[in-house]
Amino acid sequence: MPPMELTHLQRLEAESIYIMREVVSEADRPVILYSIGKDSAVMLHLACKAFYPSPPPMPLLHVDTTWKFRAMYEFRDRVARESGMELIVHHNPEAMAQGINPFDHGALHTDLWKTEGLKQALDKFGFDVAFGGARRDEEKSRAKERIFSFRSADHRWDPRNQRPELWDLYNVRKRKGESIRVFPLSNWTELDVWLYIHLENVPVVPLYFAERRPTVKRAGSILMVDDDRFRLQPDETPLQRSVRFRTLGCYPLTGAVESVATTPREVIQEMLSTKTSERCGRAIDRDHGASMERKKQEGYF
Amino acid sequence: MVDPLDRQILRHQRKGLLRFIVCGSVDDGKSTLIGRLLCDAKMILEDELAAVAEGCARNTSGEREIDFSKLVDGLAAEREQGITIDVAYRFFTTGERKYIVVDAPGHEQYTRNMITGASKAELAVILIDARKGVLRQTRRHAYLCRLVGIRHFVLAVNKMDLIGYDEARFRLIVEEFGAFAERVGIVDVRAIPVSGLRGDNLFGARSANMGWYDGPSLMDHLESVEVDATSDQAKPFRMSVQWVNRANADFRGFAGLISSGVVRRGDSVRVLPSGKMSKVERIVLATSDLDCAVAGQSVTLTLTDEVDCGRGDVIAIADDPPEVADQFEATIVWMSESALLPGRAYWLKLGAQAVTAKAQGLKYQVNVDTLEHVAAKTLQLNAIGLATLSTDRPLVFEPYAKDRSLGGFIVIDKQSNATVGAGMLNFALRRSQNIHWQATALQRDDRAQLMNQKPAVLWFTGLSGAGKSTIANLVELKLRRMNRHTFLLDGDNVRHGLNKDLGFTDADRVENIRRVGEVARLMTDAGLIVIAAFISPFQAERDMVRRLMAPGEFHEIFVDTPLAAAETRDVKGLYKKARAGQLKNFTGVDSPYEAPNDPELRIDTTKLSPEEAADLVIQLLIP
Repeated sequence: MPPMELTHLQRLEAESIYIMREVVSEADRPVILYSIGKDSAVMLHLACKAFYPSPPPMPLLHVDTTWKFRAMYEFRDRVARESGMELIVHHNPEAMAQGINPFDHGALHTDLWKTEGLKQALDKFGFDVAFGGARRDEEKSRAKERIFSFRSADHRWDPRNQRPELWDLYNVRKRKGESIRVFPLSNWTELDVWLYIHLENVPVVPLYFAERRPTVKRAGSILMVDDDRFRLQPDETPLQRSVRFRTLGCYPLTGAVESVATTPREVIQEMLSTKTSERCGRAIDRDHGASMERKKQEGYF
Repeated sequence: MVDPLDRQILRHQRKGLLRFIVCGSVDDGKSTLIGRLLCDAKMILEDELAAVAEGCARNTSGEREIDFSKLVDGLAAEREQGITIDVAYRFFTTGERKYIVVDAPGHEQYTRNMITGASKAELAVILIDARKGVLRQTRRHAYLCRLVGIRHFVLAVNKMDLIGYDEARFRLIVEEFGAFAERVGIVDVRAIPVSGLRGDNLFGARSANMGWYDGPSLMDHLESVEVDATSDQAKPFRMSVQWVNRANADFRGFAGLISSGVVRRGDSVRVLPSGKMSKVERIVLATSDLDCAVAGQSVTLTLTDEVDCGRGDVIAIADDPPEVADQFEATIVWMSESALLPGRAYWLKLGAQAVTAKAQGLKYQVNVDTLEHVAAKTLQLNAIGLATLSTDRPLVFEPYAKDRSLGGFIVIDKQSNATVGAGMLNFALRRSQNIHWQATALQRDDRAQLMNQKPAVLWFTGLSGAGKSTIANLVELKLRRMNRHTFLLDGDNVRHGLNKDLGFTDADRVENIRRVGEVARLMTDAGLIVIAAFISPFQAERDMVRRLMAPGEFHEIFVDTPLAAAETRDVKGLYKKARAGQLKNFTGVDSPYEAPNDPELRIDTTKLSPEEAADLVIQLLIP
């Protein structure tokens, strides 16, 4: 038989599956951090492949801010139902009580809802290894992070003291209270993710595809008016524009792009000619130079 | 007719993958070169470029001079110090290939990170500053890359613009590197003169500044270099079992990544180390069944027989299985601030196998500069040495030179859980196959019965002068009166005979306790109650002795005397000497003592007399 050269997508898929199986074999209580985005969707699809015909032997955890797009909540509940996996939704009670929101509280919104919320959820349910869909091409400090990212008992990341990661050998040993964040999509790029979604028919939130949606332009971003909590400024009237999203987060913090792409195939076509990066619409990445690194050290994903 | 977009998508889908590492010393212009490569490959997008340009100085004509290195140094500490701390992974893609660029730090102190980056790379770009030529770090990087098995090398002689694109200088560097490369067994080297800053010979056409150079540009070479992605398929089939999938009563699948070879439905396979035979029934990948799968794929296999097979076992082609052994010669790269201590027990992870391993001894350490072999007793951070290893269970393995997946391993510290070393198995020692346990007619229970007692080890640990020997002596006297058969092993005494060759370095202390542990075990086999009084400063070694004994047989007794109290007593005058600097490596003074985590008994000598303490020990043994 002639040799069969694997494509880069086949090699990436095999590596991700290997990583997931390694975790399930060595962790006490693993969990998939499910943020409803396209990377989460691919991660879940890979988990289904890795453990087939068993369902993925871990629950899904959504650390919610209450400010996601409505379409995301619908999609999340449908996916949980169809995959047969347990879905845990955690809201930081403190952020809830204080009414923290993206309009009034800026960086505190991310800090309390997401960073603190995540730490609370991991501690509360005793998860020792959490899968995240982060990719190294997203952001400069991500490029420096190991696939298995060790966190101290108070969830801190120390970039200067990471475990060497050689070959396919991952060290999953830790003490009680310590945890590990694992990124099975580390070596994928945005284009790889879309090629895979196209090839494998992975379902994703419809917000990734263009549609006429009510929007306003504010400080160079196109924001979608998703519900009546959106605070319009006196001079603003929502306009119907054909837009889609490249990443999904809290709707008042996530900028859309004008687009006509309505299928993964057309999204790939757009990607091959784009001149801006994926996260340029995400307000939280732009706080200041090293903000992502700082957030990660404090326990953000 | 195929739609042009579909054709384009298909091309992207079918691309191969090339992982390469870029190594250079500090200030060789590595970050600039990589930044430029990404930029020319159109991987840096407008908003990213704008963010970087904002921080860059304007040139004389008022334009911003883009500092390409700023595109890749991502950590705050790196920007502060202008150096690269950790391995980073960058991606770019062309029509032909997807590339994963491993950006490895050049500082010597980060050698462990370099090895991390090189372990999965297929090609290495060794970057040289044309003004400086071949440096110590250049040799180190080339040696390390070759050591982990990289076969394709590019010698990128950078900053050619700063030496007036001088051909003679380039040739000289190529020659010097070539001589070293030959000595370490690097066969395939492509030398390319470049300028990361100006973009000469990086992308596309050859630079007009170097008409004398007639080879490819760096990118053209990367596109065309033949990395045989299918060579693993030519090897015999092996798959480490990661996870056993028991979906239901009818399905029992073995999940893993095929590390070499090809597997087809119906193939005869062997499960190692047990050696049980079976046939492949199904090859499952998600909802589809495959007829055949190749190295590099993650699959789930089911077998036709109910063979015993679990995580860590290896499924291999029946007529050409890998070896199984428990003693090896291995090359070890040490990655921790705390040195490798021969005799200490570490976790060793190889494939999905995790065993306890000890380095028996070090044959030598390699001076990476001169390639000389230097005598060594331990390995310090970033050292590379040759050791003999023994494992507590047999390992399924292949020599590293034959198979990276079944020959490469990591070493994990049992106390801190840190990854402290990496290694490559060279071969199994013949003695591991030739020394067998001699069956004896009398069993240990028979001997104990004859003495009418239960064998035990009373292990006294504590600082020098804590009172270990005093209490141990009293315990032995009391047991004698109760007609028990005992033997007292004392730290000072064994150092006159059995251990007279050992000093007081950490490595020698570990070996001291290892030998005493073995002696204590032989004595419990003989049915004795062993009373051992040793400072034994490390928890790892006390745990090691504990594991040698039957459960419940080892009693750790912590003679807890504060350093100040022991020092005031100073019966042997040793503290005085140590404080005066006349005695090196003295526990509690300039050598650490790790108090027991969870001893069977703690004796507070500030509250108890030796008599009372001895009675507590007797109660522990004979309740």
